[in-house]
Amino acid sequence: MTGGLFIYNHKGEVLISRVYRDDIGRNAVDAFQVNVIHARQQVRSPVTNIARTSFFHIKRSNIWLAAVTKQNVNAAMVFEFLYKMCDVMAAYFGKISEENIKNNFVFIYELLDEILDFGYPQNSETGVLKTFITQQGIKSQHQTKEEQSQITSQVTGQIGWRREGIKYGRNELFLDVLESVNLLMSPQGQVLSAHVSGRVVMKSYLSGMPECKFGMNDKIIIEKQGKGTADEASKSRKQSIAVDDCTFHQCVRLSKFDSERSISFIPPDGEFELMRSRTTKDIILPFRVIPLVREVGCTKLEVKVVIKSNFKPSLLAQKIEVRIPTPLNTSGVQVICMKGKAKYNASENAMVWKIKRMAGMKESQISAETELLPTNDKKKWARPPISMNFEGPFASSCLKVRYLKVFGPKLNYSDHDVIKWVRYIGRSGIYATCC
Amino acid sequence: MTDSKYFTTTKKGEIFELKAELNSDKKEKKKEAVKKVIASMTVGKDVSALFPDVVNCMQTDNLELKKLVYLYLMNYAKSQPDMAIMAVNTFVKDCEDPNPLIRALAVRTMGCIRVDKITEYLCEPLRKCLKDEDPYVRKTAAVCVAKLHDINAQLVEDQGFLDTLKDLISDSNPMVSHCHPPWDVSLSFLFAPLERMDPSICEQVTPRLSHANSAVVLSAVKVLMKFMEMLSKDLDYYGTLLKKLAPPLVTLLSAEPELQYVALRNINLIVQKRPEILKHEMKVFFVKYNDPIYVKLEKLDIMIRLASQANIAQVLAELKEYATEVDVDFVRKAVRAIGRCAIKVEQSAERCVSTLLDLIQTKVNYVVQEAIVVIKDIFRKYPNKYESVIATLCENLDSLDEPEARAAMIWIVGEYAERIDNADELLESFLEGFHDESTQVQLQLLTAIVKLFLKKPTETQELVQQVLSLATQDSDNPDLRDRGYIYWRLLSTDPVAAKEVVLAEKPLISEETDLIEPTLLDELICYIGTLASVYHKPPSAFVEGGRGVVHKSLPPRTASNESTESPETAPAGAPPGEQPDVIPAQGDLLGDLLNLDLGPPVSGPPLATSSVQMGAVDLLGGGLDSLIGGTNFVAPPTASVPANLGAPIGSGLSDLFDLTSGVGTLSGSYVAPRAVWLPAMKAKGLEISGTFTRQVGSISMDLQLTNKALQVMTDFAIQFNRNSFSLAPTAPLQVHAPLSPNQTVEISLPLSTVGSVMKMEPLNNLQVAVKNNIDVFYFSTLYPLHILFVEDGKMDRQMFLATWKDIPNENEAQFQIRDCPLNAEAASSKLQSSNIFTIAKRNVEGQDMLYQSLKLTNGIWVLAELRIQPGNPSCTVRLSLKCRAPEVSQHVYQAYETILKN
Repeated sequence: MTGGLFIYNHKGEVLISRVYRDDIGRNAVDAFQVNVIHARQQVRSPVTNIARTSFFHIKRSNIWLAAVTKQNVNAAMVFEFLYKMCDVMAAYFGKISEENIKNNFVFIYELLDEILDFGYPQNSETGVLKTFITQQGIKSQHQTKEEQSQITSQVTGQIGWRREGIKYGRNELFLDVLESVNLLMSPQGQVLSAHVSGRVVMKSYLSGMPECKFGMNDKIIIEKQGKGTADEASKSRKQSIAVDDCTFHQCVRLSKFDSERSISFIPPDGEFELMRSRTTKDIILPFRVIPLVREVGCTKLEVKVVIKSNFKPSLLAQKIEVRIPTPLNTSGVQVICMKGKAKYNASENAMVWKIKRMAGMKESQISAETELLPTNDKKKWARPPISMNFEGPFASSCLKVRYLKVFGPKLNYSDHDVIKWVRYIGRSGIYATCC
Repeated sequence: MTDSKYFTTTKKGEIFELKAELNSDKKEKKKEAVKKVIASMTVGKDVSALFPDVVNCMQTDNLELKKLVYLYLMNYAKSQPDMAIMAVNTFVKDCEDPNPLIRALAVRTMGCIRVDKITEYLCEPLRKCLKDEDPYVRKTAAVCVAKLHDINAQLVEDQGFLDTLKDLISDSNPMVSHCHPPWDVSLSFLFAPLERMDPSICEQVTPRLSHANSAVVLSAVKVLMKFMEMLSKDLDYYGTLLKKLAPPLVTLLSAEPELQYVALRNINLIVQKRPEILKHEMKVFFVKYNDPIYVKLEKLDIMIRLASQANIAQVLAELKEYATEVDVDFVRKAVRAIGRCAIKVEQSAERCVSTLLDLIQTKVNYVVQEAIVVIKDIFRKYPNKYESVIATLCENLDSLDEPEARAAMIWIVGEYAERIDNADELLESFLEGFHDESTQVQLQLLTAIVKLFLKKPTETQELVQQVLSLATQDSDNPDLRDRGYIYWRLLSTDPVAAKEVVLAEKPLISEETDLIEPTLLDELICYIGTLASVYHKPPSAFVEGGRGVVHKSLPPRTASNESTESPETAPAGAPPGEQPDVIPAQGDLLGDLLNLDLGPPVSGPPLATSSVQMGAVDLLGGGLDSLIGGTNFVAPPTASVPANLGAPIGSGLSDLFDLTSGVGTLSGSYVAPRAVWLPAMKAKGLEISGTFTRQVGSISMDLQLTNKALQVMTDFAIQFNRNSFSLAPTAPLQVHAPLSPNQTVEISLPLSTVGSVMKMEPLNNLQVAVKNNIDVFYFSTLYPLHILFVEDGKMDRQMFLATWKDIPNENEAQFQIRDCPLNAEAASSKLQSSNIFTIAKRNVEGQDMLYQSLKLTNGIWVLAELRIQPGNPSCTVRLSLKCRAPEVSQHVYQAYETILKN
């Protein structure tokens, strides 16, 4: 039970103020402004208690959103709500900025009334909300009775995330497997820690109420199915992966996943995040960074870095960027690289080496000579790790989409008629090698 | 369309202009004007003067305009109650609009107009809406009942809205009957685990651990944590649950930073309660460079909690990195963490100390100071081990400007004065600015110089004189003055005693000084996911007034999924009207249910609130289900009570004789020495020790309460959980005067055996709750069974024989009591004083056979055969016990053993 919700600009001026409960007064609006926004410090806690009133706050660009309460509310829920609120606003009018909020303030009040009645979160699925809250005011005047009741049953329905009667001429779906690879490697090439956080994002343009079933190369399922010859089984086991943990969109039947590990659902219309996963085992690292740093006396530093790409030669990684830190007392750097461009960026104390594209199983090298100013700083240079950014059409966790079946009792199309697209995108998270 | 212009009008005469626009004939102009009004309202300007004009715009078929007017109404109705009545008609009309969205809008807004006069008019439309054909309207109306209840609970009850609501709970539409799925786990399943201790229910909760909504995940974690409380750790299932909990908790750490923070605060509680869940997951708590500071600080805390011998090398490497970061707070905490690792993991102490020394070499001021503070603690934990580093510490003496660091350094110098050649000079240097130092430093300096004097009396007499006079004559601080005088007097009267006092060996400091106190921890576990778990404080500490308490007494909604619950089942004192909170956060409800009794202040005599307190004890005793259902454990100890007829009368005479024969022991049965039942550490300074006695037929619990805290304790009360032998206090706990610090009071609490029965494991387990002005504390103790042996426990001879034969042989239990050098007479009289009566004695083949009987307060007879071999060098006595309730035999044997051996 949130007591109120306020939106401020970076100066602390109130843009939206909606109070749900009597225990929250106007002074709460000011309290937050004075104690948090005007404090102009780094936020030390996203939950602030001022005079027995708790403020849950998040910041989007320079806009503050604060949910206020005097009760022992479910903290995780309040934050989930605030994020959702941002998503909904973004879905309606784009970026969350002072201007957009001022331009849409009437609409935001309308929205707040609908998704947080008396401080209790209600259905906030954008797809459904859009059927009856529009930026042009409510369409209701022109709706027929059937349409109206369709909307209300939709809002309250068992499947709150999808409306009935969706029709497409071409039934199509897109699956994106988006992964971010995180690595910390020792100079000797030993993996200190590595994990992949993956998301499966689905865009569905399907008619009716389709039942979907998603299959991936999850070790547990494959071992469960364990049919066929021993040879086949061992082969498929080799290609399967052990996911540490996954979470699912609310449309997925969790009990079924728990018992059978099958992922079945009726998808929302349009784009949504079907699943998130976390993997730490058997990760294929798309790049290896081999650093070589040599201090020549105390005025010179020789750096040589080799990067090796480790994926199929037919694939191309893009937007490769290697950031090599330099000591604080660097006076100048001379760089030679085989591929791409490299330059020393004094303000960031680093050399940045950019390569537009690089195919798999290749290697490239950069060498640099760093001139150092004499210094009497006794503290030794801490040698921060070399970090790397990239993007490529691969899944480092080895996750593979095995199938996405679409079926349903009342559909007038079959699984074969659906056009399906699968795409893998691997990006770097924090990808660092110590030197 | 750019509405932002509405925010910019600040000119004078604005209100007047707006008034004109509001009364304009043109619809567009009207709408514009209302928007301007709302914008002004948002910014905090008072536009209440426009009330009648805005309300006039309400009658419109433009829904957007209507919504704006409603918004205005919600804000200002309270300030203009009379005018607000003007709006009632429109609401009533809107509630009958053919469009369900408008009906819902009207009923939703109605509830937000918090004016008493209006509320009465709203009942009729609300009633209609609760029975609306449209589920959306019904849902909105249900929330409205909650709003109305908030304004006028009595009205809600009088109007019978509760019953209507109950019908809604069985509504066919899930949104109406539950809460919205992504936000709230449906209630029925959440409560199910509490009713039955059944793993299959748990299997319904575990899938929720994979929900994308972290609020749902945390609620599931909470249920499972509570559930594990009831499981034995040996069960395979317990291990399975442990394994299931770790991955979702780790996953929460990849959420947005604010949620990560909530998750980390909760994980902090979870690792304190069950460290085994995350013991292999240390790496995920390593700090990332782009984590917000609040996430970094929390991670650091958890890292220390999980630090163990297995992972200490990694942890130390990380901590060393952190100590070079930018954020001062974070760096300090990292340095402190290194010290805490040293104290926690003994094997790592040496490495930690050398890491700290490295950090001191950096000469970064705050790092040095923090390092010195923790090194002091390391000295306290491992005395005489790392003192070689003192020289390095002394080099940094001049750079210390924070009181805590100065005090720590002075403590070190004083404590190791004999090893520091120039200790006197060092301390003297501090003395110059004595009056500018903070109290902490002054006190430490005083003590350190006295220590120094006691160690090197010849050279430091002048110094000690100086500090004593500074502390006693020139200081306004009473603490300092008192300490100064005490030292002065000690030194002048008895230097030997002074040495013993001041240089006494100090207790080692404990491993973890910052653990949350166990009862609070248990309470907070019940609040996982909520604000309480973020603050690490019970809700009563930050929720105002009685509302939180009222919430706690919500009748268990467990049954509500079937809607069979009647308001009469609500506990007395709780307004039944609390029910209309139709969509409560599931966490709260569950938390309330589990916590039913931990929080509310116990007012009045404790007996009056017995039901409340019982529940609390149950909760901790692991019998959660008895709190809610109470059906599992309740089984009276024995149903068959043998042969309790006739015997007492026949034995009356011999009783008399026996009584007189045992002159010395007339006073009563054996009394065990007092044992500490509740250590002060677990009860915020209250220490309870005690024993049980039985004297001339009455049982009492002799308690000794010691206040080891620094504050006065008052308002004591005691309560027992139900137990196997119905023990209950017959009078309230009488502590006549407040218990001041370090005071001890002895109390004899008379007990009766007429309380309610619940079989405990072990049988003689007694769970007790003691309350004082600080908190409620729980402990359990085992009482010796012989306090239950009644005075008329002597059975007639014939009856004894008949009963002995009658009780089946499988009920016979054999025991041996070793090292008991008593002869038959001595044993017999000893036992007699504890109401174990010898009925007959025989001598068979050189062995003395004693046939004895005893009766428990609940009427159970126990028959015994005691075989004593006088010449036996091992002094072993054999005991056979026969009883219709064989489960007591073990405890009777223990009673025999204690009585015979003491």
